[in-house]
Amino acid sequence: MLKIKEYVRAESLKQAYELNQKRGNRIVGGILWMRMSSAQIQTAIDLASLGLDQIEEKEEEFSIGCMVTLRQLELHEELNRLSQGIIRDSVKDIVGVQFRNLATIGGSLFGRFGFSDVLTCFLALDTYVELYQGGIIPLAEFADRERDNDILVRVIVKKTPGRHVYLAHRNTKTDFPVLTAALLLDADGARAVVGARPQKAMCVKIEDMWKEKLENGSCTPEELKKLAETLAAQIPTGSNMRAGAEYRKHLAKVLLRRGLADLQKDGGKQNAD
Amino acid sequence: MQISIQLNGRKITEDVRPDLLLIDWVREHGCYSVKRGCETSNCGLCTVFLDEKPVLSCSVLAARADGHRVDTLEGLQEEASEFGAFIADQGAEQCGFCNPGMIMNAIALFRENVDPTDDEIREYLAGNLCRCSGYEGQLRGIRAFIEYKKKGGAVCRQ
Repeated sequence: MLKIKEYVRAESLKQAYELNQKRGNRIVGGILWMRMSSAQIQTAIDLASLGLDQIEEKEEEFSIGCMVTLRQLELHEELNRLSQGIIRDSVKDIVGVQFRNLATIGGSLFGRFGFSDVLTCFLALDTYVELYQGGIIPLAEFADRERDNDILVRVIVKKTPGRHVYLAHRNTKTDFPVLTAALLLDADGARAVVGARPQKAMCVKIEDMWKEKLENGSCTPEELKKLAETLAAQIPTGSNMRAGAEYRKHLAKVLLRRGLADLQKDGGKQNAD
Repeated sequence: MQISIQLNGRKITEDVRPDLLLIDWVREHGCYSVKRGCETSNCGLCTVFLDEKPVLSCSVLAARADGHRVDTLEGLQEEASEFGAFIADQGAEQCGFCNPGMIMNAIALFRENVDPTDDEIREYLAGNLCRCSGYEGQLRGIRAFIEYKKKGGAVCRQ
């Protein structure tokens, strides 16, 4: 059972950061995952009063405060227009509305959880994270780092045009996913992200020779199958209580094939201009 | 630490432990409609409104609700009884343990979307588990309630 000795509603990021350097102190996000643990927290540091619960649209990017909830992401029209709805698709099966009104993007990404739909989705967008001490770095770089005592302040999503697809498989609705997959086709090429392997999401670049064919929508079903198998072969999978490694490997081929087919739909051009 | 919460329209100020959960706090104040179910943030039995948004009170620190408004089924009697009658008419529940959470979240749905489709209803209420039924009765009750509203029933609060 989660134990907290002291609770501080931080008045500044500086105060929160300084408090967070002390052993036993923790930043609290939605606390949905944290409360499942038996952590003994000396001081819980709450960022709820720092105005970080807003999504701000700028000329070239969206700036998402770390306390923005998954429900806010789900309902944000402009963000979902940019991503062709994959943000909504990635969060809509995470438990229920009441849960998503609490879970924060900051907590979801800072945890770099293996089961994360959110990490998979945002890795397929042109995403950066703003760390209090570490500055702005690509999400992919952040995802590879070990956890430290920095603070994830904001998530920045560049308005990079592209075609996006999100797919996930669950044993039962609202459960953790067995496997997640997100695909991206933009001016820089095509990429596939696979998460809940059950390790954290990883990104695989799709060879440039496929980019043009996907853009033209000219891949045959056989080619899509072959490409999906090639990509799946690069993605290590493991076993847990939800599924075995072999099943996940098979599922990766299926989800990637379906995702690739969706990616090249309408000539892969949706929102590309 | 001291917190001050507007619970069902009544401001309450008192000292609490930093790790006290909102579910325990509201129950200590007599709101027994708020049930402890799964303890894993999954079942929706403990649904309350925090600043009018449905949340799982088992997963909110009472300290975080400081300075905010919390509403439970006890504070929504009029809306709840109006809608609850439609659930009862369908015999939609057996043990009734899930019912307060289900009604709270259904009210949240109606406030957001006065004419939801079946898929929207299912999606919105996916976080409310019922282990007695197959949800069909609840769905029939919700449909009947929506039709009643369309035909001029009392207007749902927006």
